Amino acid sequence: MIEIRGLSKRFGKKVVLDGLDLTVPKGKNTVVIGGSGTGKSVLIKCVVGLLRPDAGQILIAGEDITKMDERELVRVRRKFGMLFQGSALFDSLDVGDNVAFALRRLKAYPERHILEAVEEKLSMVGLRDIQRLMPAELSGGMKKRVGLARAIASEPDILLYDEPTTGLDPIMADVINDLIVSLRESLGVTSIAITHDMASAYKIADYIAMLYKGRIIEVGTPAEIRGTANPVVRQFVEGRAQGPITAENEEFVRFVRKADEAERKEESR
Amino acid sequence: MTDPGARNGFARAAERLGLRVYAMVQDLGSIFTLFLQFLSWVVRPPSEIRNIVKQMEEVGVRSMPVVLVTATFTGMVLALQSYSGFQRFGATSLVGSVVGLSITRELGPVFAGLMVSGRVGAAMAAELGTMKVTEQIDALVTLATNPVKYLVVPRVVAATLVLPVLVIFADLVGILGGYFVSVYLMGANPYVYVAKTYQYLEFKDIYTGLIKASVFGMLIALISCHHGFIAEGGAEGVGRATTRAVVASSMMVLISDYFMTSFMF
Repeated sequence: MIEIRGLSKRFGKKVVLDGLDLTVPKGKNTVVIGGSGTGKSVLIKCVVGLLRPDAGQILIAGEDITKMDERELVRVRRKFGMLFQGSALFDSLDVGDNVAFALRRLKAYPERHILEAVEEKLSMVGLRDIQRLMPAELSGGMKKRVGLARAIASEPDILLYDEPTTGLDPIMADVINDLIVSLRESLGVTSIAITHDMASAYKIADYIAMLYKGRIIEVGTPAEIRGTANPVVRQFVEGRAQGPITAENEEFVRFVRKADEAERKEESR
Repeated sequence: MTDPGARNGFARAAERLGLRVYAMVQDLGSIFTLFLQFLSWVVRPPSEIRNIVKQMEEVGVRSMPVVLVTATFTGMVLALQSYSGFQRFGATSLVGSVVGLSITRELGPVFAGLMVSGRVGAAMAAELGTMKVTEQIDALVTLATNPVKYLVVPRVVAATLVLPVLVIFADLVGILGGYFVSVYLMGANPYVYVAKTYQYLEFKDIYTGLIKASVFGMLIALISCHHGFIAEGGAEGVGRATTRAVVASSMMVLISDYFMTSFMF
């Protein structure tokens, strides 16, 4: 369904994605795990066309979106729904208008149909009768659920989740996990989720892929990842402070400190 | 860049200046690109009529009080100053002409532009900046909506159409303010004053002022939207974007005013 080949993206001198390959099978939920700042968000934003990669291909149902102009991208993006980390609800619109947004912009449906669709999508995420509330009046968990309802409103084939459980209490996080699983079952959507919450990853994933240093270093079912032999993956999924990931970090920190000192010496000169 | 240790004070200052200029040119370039995008989206369906009307209310109706107060006092102080100045060579009968010409040609549009820069430019940059840092602009894109079309087009169209209307009212109350000060405080003859106001005021003075106002409106909206769009780094970034938007659009109002005046008269 989604095939990513040799994806590279850098910001200035910082290489974020470095020839990343990943295949996302149809109708399955693939979870990309990795530490903060490893480029998970960049990956997902490249897939939906919010960022242009420097090199590589992203094939969505056989079409390479990295070569498309803005107008073609708009057509492909209709296949996508995305749940943002902070929900990204439009503050100036109420919940009903937020969920109905894409349907109204497409102007393809009569208003009565739109109102029914909004009610249906909200009930799919376990909410009812909140259409007239403003986003500022909602709790974090409710915002996430409204964001999810908005993402599924135009019945996408592909759902992207950017840190779906971050910032939620454990119970609400699990409610969202259950929703993600049930959406995959009821809508049959293909999805990519990025997270560093392993509890969530194990629960929602058909496949888990670990992103490290701009590449996918391992892909497997949750059971395979749990029993991995790769020391980097093991350190991450077990959440230990000691290991190959942090060893390198410490080296980096030492390097930065040294550079800082040199700078300070120069300033005082 | 050479070895950091070898840089002296002058080189460093030159480098900083260079970076500033570079950033400014870059800004101008992106504002121009935004203008081109605006042109290409403004004609494409669906029309954004509803959003345009909403923005016209925001830019026009809500800015009316502040523009009226500014224009009234500008007219009043202008009458006061020119009266005491013209007394020195006995030309007080010309106060009406001076007030009328200055307000319609220059002060009405410029002061309205500056007030709108402060009020509306700040609001636009803050709103779009907040949408940017909370990923709402990305969300628009994923909902198959172009942010330029949905956010920039209504704002620019509304500001371009509404500023001339604001200036018509500003011209009117400015001239009235001057009239009241001259007639009731300075004891000028009301008939002479009105006659002199009409005598030298041409229709061209008024409509060139309105054209200027329209350009100011477009510049303010474009600049403020641009600074909102490039905001990053949370609340602090939004604050910075807002400040930049107000400073840049106020400056652009005055700079473009000079060039438009030199072309039109």
